[in-house]
Amino acid sequence: MAKKPEKKPEFETPVLGDYTEVPAVTPGSMDHSQPFVAKAAINEAIGFPGELVDNWQEVAVTKLGELVDNSRALRVYLDSCVKCGACTDKCHYFLGTGDPNNMPVARQDLLRSVYRRHYTVAGKYLPKLVGAKDLDEEMLDKWYKYFHQCSQCRRCSVYCPYGIDTAEVSMAAREIMDTIGKGQKYCNEIIGKVHKLGNNLGLPEPALADTLEGLEEDVEEEINVKVKFPLDVKGAEVMLVTPSADFFAEPHIDGLIGYGKVFHQAGISWTLSSHASEAANFGLFIGSVDNMKQVAVRIREAALELGVKRIVFGECGHAWRVAYSFLNTLAGPFDFLDSRYPVPQHIIEVTHDLMEQGRLKLDKSANDDKRVTFHDSCNVARASRMGNKPGGQLTLPRDVIKASCNHFFDMPRDTIGEGTFCCGGGGGLLTDDLLELRVKGAKPRMQALKDVHEQHQVTHMAAICAICKSQFSKVLPYYGFEMDQIISVHQLVGDALVFSADA
Amino acid sequence: MMSAMLYLSLVVLVLGVGRKIYQYATTPAPLKIPTTPAPTTRAGVVWRMAREVVFFDSLFKASKPTWIFSWLFHAGMLVALLCHLRYFTDPVWGWVALLAPFSKFAGLAMLVGLIGLLARRVVVDRVRAISAPSDFLMLFLILGIAASGLLMRFFWHTDIVAVKQFAQGLLSFQFASLPGSFVLFMHLILVAILLLIFPFSKLLHAPGLFFSPSRNQVDNPRERQHNPSLSGHGKKA
Repeated sequence: MAKKPEKKPEFETPVLGDYTEVPAVTPGSMDHSQPFVAKAAINEAIGFPGELVDNWQEVAVTKLGELVDNSRALRVYLDSCVKCGACTDKCHYFLGTGDPNNMPVARQDLLRSVYRRHYTVAGKYLPKLVGAKDLDEEMLDKWYKYFHQCSQCRRCSVYCPYGIDTAEVSMAAREIMDTIGKGQKYCNEIIGKVHKLGNNLGLPEPALADTLEGLEEDVEEEINVKVKFPLDVKGAEVMLVTPSADFFAEPHIDGLIGYGKVFHQAGISWTLSSHASEAANFGLFIGSVDNMKQVAVRIREAALELGVKRIVFGECGHAWRVAYSFLNTLAGPFDFLDSRYPVPQHIIEVTHDLMEQGRLKLDKSANDDKRVTFHDSCNVARASRMGNKPGGQLTLPRDVIKASCNHFFDMPRDTIGEGTFCCGGGGGLLTDDLLELRVKGAKPRMQALKDVHEQHQVTHMAAICAICKSQFSKVLPYYGFEMDQIISVHQLVGDALVFSADA
Repeated sequence: MMSAMLYLSLVVLVLGVGRKIYQYATTPAPLKIPTTPAPTTRAGVVWRMAREVVFFDSLFKASKPTWIFSWLFHAGMLVALLCHLRYFTDPVWGWVALLAPFSKFAGLAMLVGLIGLLARRVVVDRVRAISAPSDFLMLFLILGIAASGLLMRFFWHTDIVAVKQFAQGLLSFQFASLPGSFVLFMHLILVAILLLIFPFSKLLHAPGLFFSPSRNQVDNPRERQHNPSLSGHGKKA
């Protein structure tokens, strides 16, 4: 099993023990971790000052006040924490690093202490007593480091007695930092590419068309069926919006092939759009509603232009959060679409419906070489839904997997479902300048995987998120697994679909 | 003097918390952010909130020791508070009289809960790391209130008839003097301090919970457009 990472890392990969293990508090253990700061052109392209503005303290404090005035969540969360400690052992980055600033409450406190200092009576007059602090250079430095060690996965919010969601706090902090000119390179560069070209990869229309054509040839060669991967087809029934990683990356592309096969067998006409060739919406990660809305509106525009009846999203975690929870709010109403289907729909919902209607012919034994577990992606599990019932986002993907393979085993209960662990690369942290954080943050998931590997000889972990797939491909080898043990759910579906009749 | 102090703290409490509730209610919640799986109906949300308020559902999932200590403390405090109604009602309401025999257990539950929470704050390295001085002071303050109350219940009995006259006087603005008991004096002073700091401290978690969007929002963003003004596409299409 052991396949060593190509380069020797400058940090030690955690040793996998029991999945409930909680580390001792180790102050400063991740104090060196921070992502590259964005250059001026990158920040300016998405509406922020290029470099740290002169009066940044003043601007930041004012912005903080504005954000609190405009977000009930932020206001309630900043006031309500009682420091009970319920969240302290819930964050995968704390569990992987032991750094106390990675305890959700401590991460929130980096911002809360500044809020208290400037916007509360107690913090103005008795700062020491209530732990209120000024926003000085040292604090800004901490903000930049530790608000980029939160993947906004919301696991802490499940366990908080008041539902305090650190994701909201870290989004606010990132937006404040963007407002004063201290943006993160990875996220801001990507958002700029989407505004310009429609996808995170910066892939222009001709290149995308080329790729899809090649994909059609590959699939036909393999299964001798003309599965189409259409682009910009007006009047198609379905517009599929999928993470651009699906066009290139492994194992993502096998998921895309799976969606294509499902549509093909069900006889649903569909198309991708070059204008909205990206499901991901990194505007969420930086807490910028403006940017998030701009990206979301592209999808509306594309749907109108192509005259489609339905919008379906491919496998992507936070994209599904933005799609499910925010698309209607940011770019709706979608009353020009077919009202018999929810807007938008997840590809898992589409496949699940087709399975229930008996419109897909599946041979589970095609996946008999695999013993499969399912990684619930954080943003799907805790920030969205599928189907009509609460929790459908947890049951539907499992139904689809179980209909596509014979050997399925869940990981330990408190590591899946609403308590699922983030892969370690979500929330705009999927960048190599944060590799150590990503490897260490994956520890809880790796422990759970090791558990089902030992108990049930699980060989593959399926996921429905482009970030999860990229992250696991990268970090699995650090823990002695193979990079190709992570697969797309729709790869299982695609491989199980039987096409004998129409070959 | 004590009457004035209590009036003042009550006014600060009502105005301060009232202002906060107004703020929470009027601050916009631009996006749908319930922590899912979440109820898809208003009734479902009421049930979710009720479980949260009465049983501390989320805390139960998070940590059993914190949950049991915290629940003992809060439940004990609720019963103890209700038992205090006997000083303010005349004749004493029937159900308050029925509750009276439980008041000492309520006080003890508070004490056990508070000591447990304090121990956790000291013993667990993670909780110690996040504690500010005010977090300890708050526990000591409420411990002081509970302990002084229990001392009067079990050891230094105070003149309850006189206390009732004092309480009635507060309600009717006909001030009676307080029995000369140091423990009673401390009990009331600490209560006054608690009421005073309520609107400026983490005690705001009490009203806060009811306004927490991750808990009180209905999960129906596809079915109903939340906050249509944000999209601005309402009229077109």
